[in-house]
Amino acid sequence: MGPSGAGKTRLLRAIADLDPHGGEAFLDGVSSHQVPAPEWRRQVALLPAESHWWSERVGEHFAAGDVAGLQFLGFEPDVLGWSVARLSSGERQRLALLRVLALVPRVLLLDEPTANLDPANIERVETLLIDYRCARSAALLWVSHDAAQAARVGQRMLRMEKGRLDADRPGIRQ
Amino acid sequence: MIRLTAVDLAVAALLVLVLAALSARVQRSLGSRILVAALRTTVQLLLIGLILKALFAHVHLLWMALLSMVMLLVAGREVTARQHRRFAGWWGFGMGTVSMFLSSFAVTIFALVVIIGNQPWYAPQYAIPLLGMLLGNTMNGISIAMDRLTEAAWQQRGQIEARLMLGHSWEQASGALRRDAVRGGLIPIINAMSAAGLVSLPGMMTGQILAGSPPVEAVKYQILIMFLIAVGTGLGTLAAVWASSRRLFDERQRLRLDRLRAPPAER
Repeated sequence: MGPSGAGKTRLLRAIADLDPHGGEAFLDGVSSHQVPAPEWRRQVALLPAESHWWSERVGEHFAAGDVAGLQFLGFEPDVLGWSVARLSSGERQRLALLRVLALVPRVLLLDEPTANLDPANIERVETLLIDYRCARSAALLWVSHDAAQAARVGQRMLRMEKGRLDADRPGIRQ
Repeated sequence: MIRLTAVDLAVAALLVLVLAALSARVQRSLGSRILVAALRTTVQLLLIGLILKALFAHVHLLWMALLSMVMLLVAGREVTARQHRRFAGWWGFGMGTVSMFLSSFAVTIFALVVIIGNQPWYAPQYAIPLLGMLLGNTMNGISIAMDRLTEAAWQQRGQIEARLMLGHSWEQASGALRRDAVRGGLIPIINAMSAAGLVSLPGMMTGQILAGSPPVEAVKYQILIMFLIAVGTGLGTLAAVWASSRRLFDERQRLRLDRLRAPPAER
């Protein structure tokens, strides 16, 4: 957590190796420099606050035709045939989450993944992500502006201010 | 051939003056821009006429090489100047110029040695016009393609990074951009080849016919030139787009828009 401009997004981008940075990130003791960049980004996947789509149809953005979690997040299977242009911002955000989960990453960097969602969908997304973490023993680094959400989903809470990690305090849920 | 006198050119210049006066009524600066451009064309062409005259009198590879280098560097500067978002430092100039050098010079030398087969192969009567036409057209293709590539990378940075985030390689993430840039660079020569003879009579052929060459000979040279230009522009554009797109990403396949200079403020 932290105020706007604290550097949360920059930190996530640096860990995903999308910007030049001075630090070094390790996954199971292996430095990001030792892994080809595309491979690293599949394992340490970033879900940005704003999703971008490069093809006409939703389904063209998924490697496999069978996308897990569609129904759980309230989509019919025919959503894959939809034009991206007709998606609402909330639909985009949920589909972008499924798109990144399809990579089966071991670390998920989430930049406000529920910012555009209504309460019912926030709950679904939180459940989906917690289930994913447990099922795959994955790590989530979750940027949120909502203290209650941080308490619901977090095991550790980190605060960022002016580009520095400020304090480390335990969340409510363990 | 009917020789043109200074009076003949003055009459044509009078027409340009009329055009400048009319344009100045639409927009003041447009009139002066036409005049400056007309003046430049006169001075530059007279100068090159004098240089060619001297070169024809003293045929030497060294002089040819010197003139070609000057032409290349001017063309390189022109490519850089036409970029809306150019690469910072020497990269923009360097990549455009090297691509032009590789394609234009290779194609020109090939045509001079293998196809025309004049002795010596660098005889300025053939070498200078060929190189000039190749450089001019390759310059257009490369500057359009590089401009499109960098502009599209800027506009579509969100999509490109979204693909990188999903583990796509830089080639995958920039594939559409690169194809589009190459297509943009090749459209002028494809259009020129398609319309040649039907809509437009190419300048070189017209010039030869005006100078008294038999039309069929002029046509053969024009076809040769069109093919050479297509090959030169194509190779140059491919090289420039490859180098530029490589430069847009670093060794960790990150999109590096910080390597582009911000465009000059719109007036």
